[in-house]
Amino acid sequence: MLETFIIPLLQIAVLLNAVLVAVTFMVLMERKVMAWAQARLGPMRVGPHGILQAIVDPIKLILKEDITPVAADKWVFTVAPIMSLVPALVVFSVVPFGPDPLYYVADINVGLLFIVAVTSIGVYGIILGGWSSNSKYPLLASLRASAQLISYEIAVTMTLVSVILTSGTLSLVGIVEAQREAGVWFGFIQPVAFVLVFIGGLAETNRVPFDLPEAETELTGGFHTEYSGMRFALFFLAEYANIIVISAIVAIMFLGGWMRPFPNVEALAFLDLIPPWIWLIGKIFLFLYVFIWIRATLPRYRYDQLMRLGWKVLIPIAIGNLVITGIVKVLV
Amino acid sequence: MLDAYIPVFLFILVALGFAIFTLMVAGLVHPRRYNRVKLQPYECGIEPLTDARDRYSVRYYLVAMLFVIFDVETVFMFPWAVIMDELALFGLIEMLVFLFILVVGYVYAWRKGALDWT
Repeated sequence: MLETFIIPLLQIAVLLNAVLVAVTFMVLMERKVMAWAQARLGPMRVGPHGILQAIVDPIKLILKEDITPVAADKWVFTVAPIMSLVPALVVFSVVPFGPDPLYYVADINVGLLFIVAVTSIGVYGIILGGWSSNSKYPLLASLRASAQLISYEIAVTMTLVSVILTSGTLSLVGIVEAQREAGVWFGFIQPVAFVLVFIGGLAETNRVPFDLPEAETELTGGFHTEYSGMRFALFFLAEYANIIVISAIVAIMFLGGWMRPFPNVEALAFLDLIPPWIWLIGKIFLFLYVFIWIRATLPRYRYDQLMRLGWKVLIPIAIGNLVITGIVKVLV
Repeated sequence: MLDAYIPVFLFILVALGFAIFTLMVAGLVHPRRYNRVKLQPYECGIEPLTDARDRYSVRYYLVAMLFVIFDVETVFMFPWAVIMDELALFGLIEMLVFLFILVVGYVYAWRKGALDWT
């Protein structure tokens, strides 16, 4: 009873809170970094340097009027944000923040496949949200979003296969342990896969330069144009939770997860004084920063360029990378 | 074996509960001052004349079909990649044959222009 239910529930409570707090602070971080990149100050009013903005924003969203347009499909309109948020949160159940069971909710032997499968369910939320709104911009945006997500998913999934070849396991704990045994982060063994998964991650989370589904200048706001109040907030949470998930996956697969740099160099053992979960969270925030940095730097792709990049560039590279990894694995 | 999934199911329940709970709490406290114009679909201030669910580009269907084909084939590679150590050369050749067939289909789709958006 204690082992099967109470401890996991406590872990889930801690993890869920951590994710929600991380999302609110990532929004603040995004506004701040964007502001600095554009030589502005960003939010400064609420608390010192706008720190409390992260707490005020969710309260504001709860207190906002929640509108269901008359033309909308009422039930689907409400279910869509839930369908978008739940998968984005559930993925965290297999993300290991450290080596022993205390640090992860579940270590299932098909962890990576689980992540690929569950994150794909989020697409339904987007499609249903755009469709049920019965408004032109959200419908267009949801079509764009779903086509983009499934296009990049092929390249990302195929790239993951080459990482599994290197690690020999689908369990995320196993992948980190394999990096300890290899003595080097997979980012150095699989640099092509690293870059591919990161680019794919940008596209999967609808971030700049692949943010066509929410291109404000042409679609007013994307698939959630008709959403307001808490239902909008759920979509918003899902989006940022997905960004954190992608950052966590990339950090675990290519940057050694919870391990310190150079895990096999004894001279650096003093770095182990920092607990493992801080290492992983630090790496996650490094990627979050890069996501924001890219948003501040790059312009948006055109839709045909986006599709060409996904289908004609990333997929051939992914297949080539897979074949080379397989051959090297057998011959060396 | 299946025990490992109990926490995952718990997580699904908690996440669902969280989403529904926040929606209900917000439903209790948010203001309701609706009027006809506010409840209209957003269309930059123009009265929407037609239903939004119109016909859209056939390319989206094409992308969806290609996705199904390629994604299913990619999922076939997962088990192969896990037990690659035991299969060794035999497994590699088998997979190269499989990938070759996949690439033939891919080249066919490319030549037919299925991958072009414009």
